[in-house]
Amino acid sequence: MTPAISVSELTKKYGEIEAVRGIDFTVAAGETFGFLGPNGAGKSTTIKILCTLADPTSGSARVAGHDVVRERDTVRRNIGLVFQDTTLDNYLTGEQNLRFHADLYGVPKAAFAPRMRQVLEMVGLWERRGNVVGTYSGGMQRRLEIARGLLHAPRVLFLDEPTVGLDPQTRVSIWDYINDLKGREDITIFLTTHYMDEAENCDRIAIIDHGQIVAIDTPEALKASIAKDRVQISTADDQAAIRALTDVFGIDAGLHENLVTFSVESGEHFVPQLFARLPQAIRSVSVSRPSLDDVFMSYTGKTIRDAEASIGDRNRRVATRFGRR
Amino acid sequence: MATKEIPTQDPITAEELALTETIRVAVPERSLRHDLRAVSIVWRRELIRFRTDRLRAVTSLVQPILFLFVLGTGLSRLASHGLPAGVHFSTFIYSGVLAMSVLFTAIFSAASIVWDREFGFLREMLVAPVRRWAIVVGKCLGGATVATFQGLIFLALAGVAHVPYDPVLLLTLIGELLLLSFTLTAFGVMMAARIKQIQAFMALTQLFVLPLFFLSGALYPLNGLPAWLTVLTRIDPLTYVVQPMRNAVFAHLSVSPVAVHALSPGITWFGWVVPVGLCLAIVAVMGTAMLAVAIAEFRKTE
Repeated sequence: MTPAISVSELTKKYGEIEAVRGIDFTVAAGETFGFLGPNGAGKSTTIKILCTLADPTSGSARVAGHDVVRERDTVRRNIGLVFQDTTLDNYLTGEQNLRFHADLYGVPKAAFAPRMRQVLEMVGLWERRGNVVGTYSGGMQRRLEIARGLLHAPRVLFLDEPTVGLDPQTRVSIWDYINDLKGREDITIFLTTHYMDEAENCDRIAIIDHGQIVAIDTPEALKASIAKDRVQISTADDQAAIRALTDVFGIDAGLHENLVTFSVESGEHFVPQLFARLPQAIRSVSVSRPSLDDVFMSYTGKTIRDAEASIGDRNRRVATRFGRR
Repeated sequence: MATKEIPTQDPITAEELALTETIRVAVPERSLRHDLRAVSIVWRRELIRFRTDRLRAVTSLVQPILFLFVLGTGLSRLASHGLPAGVHFSTFIYSGVLAMSVLFTAIFSAASIVWDREFGFLREMLVAPVRRWAIVVGKCLGGATVATFQGLIFLALAGVAHVPYDPVLLLTLIGELLLLSFTLTAFGVMMAARIKQIQAFMALTQLFVLPLFFLSGALYPLNGLPAWLTVLTRIDPLTYVVQPMRNAVFAHLSVSPVAVHALSPGITWFGWVVPVGLCLAIVAVMGTAMLAVAIAEFRKTE
């Protein structure tokens, strides 16, 4: 079966800035594939190239079996897009927005009404189809965009930061719709996010930093690859406990969020020893599995938030050099 | 086509089926018909938005009405000395103000491209599997239609300016308005292809609109002007619509040929009177050229 997406040696330069620096990956049909990285890491640039909105500087990319540069229109017919910024017409109703899309994509007229109903029901907006989009909440607008992206039955759906700017509850509900969609439609989903917890919804993840892929695997395998659980304890004397951990177990511990925090290979096996050998009285213990946050940290040496701060600095420096500020 | 099977005797309705099974949609290969469908929907969207935006329709009528009634009435005593008996000053400036009534609407409907870009909707259009020309043409036709509607409202006020409601005259004026609106929208769309901020677009529009209007001979006859003004009026594309419209109006008034010659002398190039047909052709060619530039601009990819 042809892969839904295959990318080889892709680069993109904007002037002197190398946004994407030679990436390769393949996404199998039916997969949900996540691109994870801080803002400015090259996620949006890659998605723009895959969606035919930007031409690569070098390298090639195929989507749904077609070259994104040479067979642009064929690619476009086979993809659905949900961008991080809304691309709805706020003065039109939900239904009018979908009709506009159907005409632009040449959806057969007979198929439009049932298909519209189906996608609107899927995102729970059928009842609101007659309302002007400007009256929708942020979450409803995003859902309408997802419905619209699906209207022409694309083979690959691109979601660029599908939940950015939404409150946590709405984020969860958007994910419910996306997961539901996987069961209903024969579709490949390619998404970008900088929320670690959301990346867990993917079958596979590529971690991208400074325009390069630093790791690519299933969330489980990535977490297993760093193989460390995080243990947090609170004790009668935390400072003494930290010293004791170093002396007794040879573990480097620190105080985070007022708890003694450290990492070990296997948390559940370590905790019994802790009770047996730590001189300080233990009040509470918590063991957590590595999160993708930890994965990102271990591959890039920084948290996503740190990475964003440094990219901000870099861009500012570049901007100053070009005299734009 | 949708490959959906609905057994005739089955108790499951089409709606229920729609909810349980994926409606398969096969988007066809791109064709001219598909592009035309895109033109049509982009055009219809402009109409829908114009219909829901009554405020815009009302506000853009304020300025021409001020010109016709306030300026027209206020200046009529002063101007009456230069006018032959039986010709009102408001009749004289009517065709110019009519052009003005579409000027703002046409250029501002092109501004919607800048809005669309700012609010992201332009992207929805630009990633669609249609030719870019279809989107640009749809936009221009939409702007032209909306602006002509605006002109129609003003056309209804013809009687107030002592312009007769002659069907031939009205049809001529509507045709000329359509042409003018199309060219102006094409001009606006061409600018909108380059200008990314709405503030900059508005500022530039202000920069163009008033000179276009004042240099078009909307408020004065085109003969006997100082050389510099003569040259400028001949450069202004709006002149080539205002004059034919004035021609049409005066052809339907019962005034002496001498008066017509004094007030509506036609456009001259070094003494040669440019025929009405050529005037309109010039406008059409300019509109098409600007449309072509706009399409070329929108075809560029990053």
